[in-house]
Amino acid sequence: MNRASLFVPLGIFSLIVVLGYLGFRLEDPHRLPSALLDKPFPEFTATVLGEPERVVSRSDLLGAPVLVNVWATWCPTCKAEHEELMRIDELTGLRLVGVNYKDDRTKALRWLRDFGNPYEFVLEDADGLLGVELGVYGAPESFLLDAEGKIVYKRVGEINPRVWRNEIAPLMERLEVASAYE
Amino acid sequence: MSKLRLAVILIIGLVLTPGLAPSTFAAGQVDVFDFPSEEMESRYRALIDEFRCPKCLNTNLSGSDAPIARDLRTTVWRLLVEEEMTDQEVRDYLQERYGDFVLYDPPFKPGTWVLWLAPVVFGLIGIWILLRMVRAKPQVTLTAEDRARVESLLKAGDR
Repeated sequence: MNRASLFVPLGIFSLIVVLGYLGFRLEDPHRLPSALLDKPFPEFTATVLGEPERVVSRSDLLGAPVLVNVWATWCPTCKAEHEELMRIDELTGLRLVGVNYKDDRTKALRWLRDFGNPYEFVLEDADGLLGVELGVYGAPESFLLDAEGKIVYKRVGEINPRVWRNEIAPLMERLEVASAYE
Repeated sequence: MSKLRLAVILIIGLVLTPGLAPSTFAAGQVDVFDFPSEEMESRYRALIDEFRCPKCLNTNLSGSDAPIARDLRTTVWRLLVEEEMTDQEVRDYLQERYGDFVLYDPPFKPGTWVLWLAPVVFGLIGIWILLRMVRAKPQVTLTAEDRARVESLLKAGDR
């Protein structure tokens, strides 16, 4: 056995450390890769919260870029995110559409009355089946669609000022959305 | 133990290991759905056993209590019974929305080449090492002095 081969175990150990680091990085394993990214937003039909007669579908989201935000009153993170959505609504020309996910209609309407309503309209999804059609598996979750209805960005978890600044604001120029919010 | 015997044992171990991999557990889930036929119900059962719950990482749809798993079971039922989709159409529907993550059987494509091919590569490396171990002859050079000692020891052993 020559001297060089004494370093073989060290080499193997280093390889295991590197592979282990890559495999077990402190990434949230609950965060799925976005299957729908760069694909058209799925077809759907849903009623509008507070307007039970009004039925909307995918075509109602076309024409201008829109941020589709999945929220619920039972979701604490959504409360934190709500302020940010109000700010986005106030400072930019981005359309906001809500999906009220597995929620109680009365509670949802009270939430919008008490904390403000940043949405153009909110889709009702009491049983979560619209969520399944959209590939949603929790709240909050947001999709950014271009004017043709293609998903250009998806966020699982809350949108906060950091996420806006680093991930969404750069897309506003490309999508030609007026924005005074950097 | 001879090296050959060791090699044989290792190869047997290598062959048997995949059979020992834990399969998915199917815990009883009680959902009340109506099925037009028993055949449809067994297709439903097979499908919900096949998909992985997006929220719970290591449980399939049939074994999970998570609300999202329940919603997905309802959706599988709806796609089968109301939309009359084939099994493959249901698979495509869920994969389109939740990605390869929901499949326990990931497709063979550039992103999963490492996943599929790594075991083969490791197996080949192992066989190569084994062959080297088995073939390697002990290389000992004896001096005249050593030879004399061996002879005397052997003689002593004969007595």
